[in-house]
Amino acid sequence: MSQKPFLRIDNIRKRFGPIVASDGVSLEIQEGEIHSLLGENGAGKSVLMSMICGMVRPDEGEIIYKGQSVRFNSPREAIRQHIGMVHQHFMLVPNLTVAENYILGQGSALRVINDMDEVHAKIRELSDRYALDVRPDALIEDLSVGEQQRVEILKTLFHGIDLLILDEPTAVLTPQETDRLLALMRDLVKDGKTVVFISHKLDEVMRVSDRISVMRDGRVVNTVNVADTDARGLARMMVGRDVGMELARNPANPGPLVLSVENLTCRSETGLPAVRGVSLHVRAGEIVGIAGVSGNGQTELSLALSGLLPVDGGRVVLNGKDITGLDPVRINASGFSHIPEDRHKHGIVMSMSLSENTVLQRYDQPPFAARGMLNRRMISEHTRDLIKRFRIKSRDEDQRIGDLSGGNQQKLVVARELARNPDFILVNQLARGIDIGAMEFVMEEMLKQRDSGRAILLISTELEELFAICDRILVMFHGEILGELPPDRTRLDELGLLMAGKTEQPALAG
Amino acid sequence: MDDMMFLTFLATLVGAAWRLATPLIFASIGEVFSERAGVLNIGLEGTMLVGAFCGFATAFATDSVLLGLLTGVLGGMLFGLVFAFFTITIKADQIVVGAALNLLGMGLTAFLFRTYYVSTGKGIEIAQPVHIPWLSDLPFLGEAFFQQNLIVYSTILVAILATLVLYRTSFGLTLRAVGEHPKAVDVAGRNVAAYRYGAVLVGTGLAGLGGAFLTLGHSNQFVEGITSGRGFIVLAVVVFARWSPIGAFFVSLLFGLFYALQLMLQAQASIVVPYQVLQALPYIMTIITLVVVRGKGAAPGKLGQPYEMR
Ligand SMILES: Nc1ncnc2c1ncn2[C@@H]1O[C@H](COP(=O)(O)OP(=O)(O)OP(=O)(O)O)[C@@H](O)[C@H]1O
Ligand SMILES: [Mg+2]
Repeated sequence: MSQKPFLRIDNIRKRFGPIVASDGVSLEIQEGEIHSLLGENGAGKSVLMSMICGMVRPDEGEIIYKGQSVRFNSPREAIRQHIGMVHQHFMLVPNLTVAENYILGQGSALRVINDMDEVHAKIRELSDRYALDVRPDALIEDLSVGEQQRVEILKTLFHGIDLLILDEPTAVLTPQETDRLLALMRDLVKDGKTVVFISHKLDEVMRVSDRISVMRDGRVVNTVNVADTDARGLARMMVGRDVGMELARNPANPGPLVLSVENLTCRSETGLPAVRGVSLHVRAGEIVGIAGVSGNGQTELSLALSGLLPVDGGRVVLNGKDITGLDPVRINASGFSHIPEDRHKHGIVMSMSLSENTVLQRYDQPPFAARGMLNRRMISEHTRDLIKRFRIKSRDEDQRIGDLSGGNQQKLVVARELARNPDFILVNQLARGIDIGAMEFVMEEMLKQRDSGRAILLISTELEELFAICDRILVMFHGEILGELPPDRTRLDELGLLMAGKTEQPALAG
Repeated sequence: MDDMMFLTFLATLVGAAWRLATPLIFASIGEVFSERAGVLNIGLEGTMLVGAFCGFATAFATDSVLLGLLTGVLGGMLFGLVFAFFTITIKADQIVVGAALNLLGMGLTAFLFRTYYVSTGKGIEIAQPVHIPWLSDLPFLGEAFFQQNLIVYSTILVAILATLVLYRTSFGLTLRAVGEHPKAVDVAGRNVAAYRYGAVLVGTGLAGLGGAFLTLGHSNQFVEGITSGRGFIVLAVVVFARWSPIGAFFVSLLFGLFYALQLMLQAQASIVVPYQVLQALPYIMTIITLVVVRGKGAAPGKLGQPYEMR
């Protein structure tokens, strides 16, 4: 391209102690394009973008923005230059309204807030223009993840942007919400804005991008036009080998019943009925999937099964033992593993080390403890083993888990839960933020677990994930199981109809 | 008991309740600010004692209630500055520093009082009730509501002002965010530490004022440990009030009612309960409150946690 680049990153380096996050990375972004950034977990995508938006300061190198060399000391300075970023972890204050979040830090500190009406009007206008459906007076804590994300995007528009950076925005979205987001990105570009998009989902990247850059080990290894590549080629550039899109798997060989759920009902945290009489059975050696548009009770179902939400009615039996309404500690001890939907809330403690997180449920049991004392050596050894097996990119087992990249945090949760030798594994969104190489590995691990006789329940909004490893798929709608289908891609239409709540026959139970 | 006597009893009770609630109102509204910013200051007992002592000493020397109140506030803030330095700048544990300041406040005021004042035995001039024409003379209502001194009346003003500051200014908005998601505040370009310092200073200033009221608006003397646990009761008030200034005002009134009830029942010859039991009433109510109003639904998410800047 002959055009002068809108944003040029020149040979930037950034280290965190011994970890090199950016190793002389260079990248050019053109005005008005959608530029996607791909790379394995820990490749340095988030860190690079954080440097562009003033969150992190580079050690070396130069950022040239609109023809001028810039050096932002804070995100505020970047915002003033019309650079906005939506982070992997949202920056919204839960006890404030949308509008209050937007004016946070604006104007003099001693200012009396008397322009709320205008702020609300401006938010409504932007929300209408881009069909974002954001209410200015809604409290953040009452909003779903998808809604919060639109609030974050609107926040950047509110402050004014020329460049929008989206860090894995679709990881937490339903397919419908994703479609909407991709359309929004197109609209923004039409209005003359430039978008940088980070994602692990190659189909989205192929659909929306103009150009794509691939990062590996803190460097950009390649930049291509979308027309000159395909998903397979991208995967190869990322991981350095061919990634099989189809997993080899043996037919399932279901054994005795492991988990049976009869007529389970429970309410959501806000007190509304969320699970309305769900019955299902999972046998040893099979993977049962639950498909559905998110918000149809899957979250509550998984929380209720794992003891994190009170059960109103029905029974949950694991290996012949009634575990209904037990506390999570007892449920965990009954051979129950849980890979939660929200790893920060239910999976890990951000401020603790990898080792400590690895033994969260088992620190008081042998071999990790003896006579009431922790066996640090055992804990470290075990953690090191998991780090190696799951290729978790980290300094060592004593690193704070909050400093890992998002995908590597998820890998530790998966590794920990599988290592506990459970009889039953409940998974809600297996691949949240995991790169395609790791994804393949994790799925193979799940299949191995199945073949060694474990029972697995996989809740997912990603149909591909379900088709790839499930033996049968239940569809959840409005708190109920509407039907069951084999993992057969040719019956996608039927699945879609069920997910939308349309049944011809009377409802079946799994 | 006939009706007239009962109404008189009630009027006296309500009047006394407001007076006795006044130090709690100031201190709890202050603590609401502090906790909203994520700083749990359990050193209020010591801070209130310092306020009480500073107020007393100043009024002793100058005969001015107003100057006494002012030094009470400043004394509290000075204590707050120490607290803020250790918990925010040094990032020491808030509970440990708070406990240390309680001990320091008790020891320091007792020492200074014994050294300089105990032998004089002289009291000070305290704030007098203001007579409001017509209103103060109303039967029953007059005694219940309109025979207080200006400091007691000012609690209403403080509650309203605190609410306006917390919910209608940029400062208040940022403060509420700081206790919940400090990183978001940092990213928005505001200095988290500065806001926490500010919140602690508002909190300890008001606690100092509450302490000063004890010597300048209530008793005319300083006594060792004059706060008798009010600094701890305030912590329960804030929880019960769900971290809102108006809530703190009314919950404090409720606790004031327990104090007043306790005093007045002691004076009733017909009641046979040992007076120690009655004296324990406010403290028992505190424990009951904390048990009943548990669940931290409304508590600031990052209460008690230091913030690590990038
Ligand atoms: N604050 C920090 N302290 C220490 N190391 C860090 C910090 N932030 C990032 N890192 C390290 O820098 C490397 C790059 O991380 P980054 O978050 O950019 O990865 P990523 O490409 O976004 O990965 P993912 O796809 O998993 O989100 C990782 O090894 C990570 O552990
Ligand atoms: Mg990332």
